Amino acid sequence: MAENVVFHFDIDGEDFSSAGGASVTVKKKLRQLGIDSEQIRRVAIAMYEGEINMVIHASGGTADVIVSDHEITIVLADHGPGIPDVSLAMQEGYSTARDHIRSLGFGAGMGLPNMKKYTDSMKIETELGRGTTITMTVNIT
Amino acid sequence: MQEYKHSVSLDVKKCRGCTTCLKRCPTEAIRIRDNHAQINSKRCIDCGECIKVCPHKAKKAVHDSLDSLADFQIRVALPAPAFYGQFDNIDNIDVIIEGLYRLGFDYVFEVAGAAEMVSAYTRMYLERKDVKRPVISSACPVITRMINMNFPYLKDHVMPILPPIEVAASVARERMEAEYPDLDPDQIGIFFISPCTAKVSYVKNGFAGKQNNIDRILSMRDVYFKINDIIEKIDEPEHTAASGMIGIGWASTGGESSAIFNDKYLAADGIENCIKVLEQIDNEDFTGLDFIELNACSGGCVGGAMTVANPYIAQARLQILKRYLPVSPNRPADTKIPEKYFVDESVSFDPGHLLSDDRNTALRMMSEIEAITAELPGLDCGSCGAPTCMAFAEDIVKNETSADECTVIMREMFHDYLVNHKETTLSDAYRDFMDRSGKTREKKSE
Repeated sequence: MAENVVFHFDIDGEDFSSAGGASVTVKKKLRQLGIDSEQIRRVAIAMYEGEINMVIHASGGTADVIVSDHEITIVLADHGPGIPDVSLAMQEGYSTARDHIRSLGFGAGMGLPNMKKYTDSMKIETELGRGTTITMTVNIT
Repeated sequence: MQEYKHSVSLDVKKCRGCTTCLKRCPTEAIRIRDNHAQINSKRCIDCGECIKVCPHKAKKAVHDSLDSLADFQIRVALPAPAFYGQFDNIDNIDVIIEGLYRLGFDYVFEVAGAAEMVSAYTRMYLERKDVKRPVISSACPVITRMINMNFPYLKDHVMPILPPIEVAASVARERMEAEYPDLDPDQIGIFFISPCTAKVSYVKNGFAGKQNNIDRILSMRDVYFKINDIIEKIDEPEHTAASGMIGIGWASTGGESSAIFNDKYLAADGIENCIKVLEQIDNEDFTGLDFIELNACSGGCVGGAMTVANPYIAQARLQILKRYLPVSPNRPADTKIPEKYFVDESVSFDPGHLLSDDRNTALRMMSEIEAITAELPGLDCGSCGAPTCMAFAEDIVKNETSADECTVIMREMFHDYLVNHKETTLSDAYRDFMDRSGKTREKKSE
């Protein structure tokens, strides 16, 4: 049983230009580990959506990616406003992003649904006014 | 797997081991070892960035010389569209074509003409409902190699149609063989006048494993200097150019896209920008596009490492040259894409990123890399011979270099040593050294 590798990223809020940078770095590292390209892509998309969400709604947060020999775990944690209605937020197209965010091409209401679609498990822990922690896993072969 | 043949070479005598190319290589393929650059051929995508930035002209493009015209009885020139933008004070492409004939070519087939055919085929291809969108242009070999290397998921998006140079070469060869049925086909030489190194590699390696029809590849720069004088003396050209606005438009970014007659396209240039676009397309972040044109060189093919003119000046000249040309005189007779212009599969190869075939070993190495990187200064100065501290950590874990190569850490260690030994400080040591070498500068005030 090999040790796990952990990659930690601080996601800078308010900065759309660099949003998605962590997912690009993770993609590169997973390639070095010889992970299947389809699995890499699923991790990258889930992580990218999560990063963007944290920038739009929570002024940033942290992302940790833990790679073990059988799965990749992505933990996205922020101290934002929390999600009032998780089941509503999980609906495709539902978005609370403001117009100026939408005008940048973000906030289409596909973030959380995509994160669920591309991962094998997803857990949302959220508390209003406290923040949200999303834990996702992708099984690797 | 057959080894990939590259078209960037290094003159070891001229290379001073500076870090200019190291920092600019988009795939981190370069290391400085033994005081000179080394290129990892598994990672090199032949983009030519290192040739463009080398301050000592140590990096060179590999290509054939004009002397190779003598190798064939019938010589055919295939000038890339960017070629026409190299010349100053020309108001008609005919003189350039005439210049090529007078230089010693028996026939000239413009790649711009073939580009118009490819544009027509692209429009047919985009009408198909069963293709993965966005369709990515296959014209820039740097981009297709980059996709094969780092974006395996996007492979199926690359248009499986031969690029204009190959279409031009196969049309040229067919016509020449028909015209000279009694001539040994080996006596027909097809010469591509290339703006860039990537197309040289493309010719050497074949596109998607298909045999290509190009026999020699000439540097646009070499041919430019040879025919510039010839062109000045041409009053009445006997030959005429046969390409139109669309074909010549391929020389710069956006030209290929504008020829699909569809607004849903994206055209980008510069390798770093292209990589960012590919990352976003790979993340499905930007959807609803039909076509993507990516050119590794700034400005498009006019920005290639074997061109002479500034890419933007070349583009401005082309705008003027194509003003009075027909839109697209070269149209395919067929209404569907000929089978012979399709490629079955894209080339796959080992990009050399993998740390180990064994997952557990790779994980252990990655842990070590992370731990070492945390200890490194994070300046990405390149003094160790690797482009970034992270790349240096990888090299250490792969036993390709030693941790002692980090000059920043060495300096700190040296300083600590001096302080701990209380013998002297670094500035004392420096002063002693200068005194001994008789270089002490006079102090301004005592």
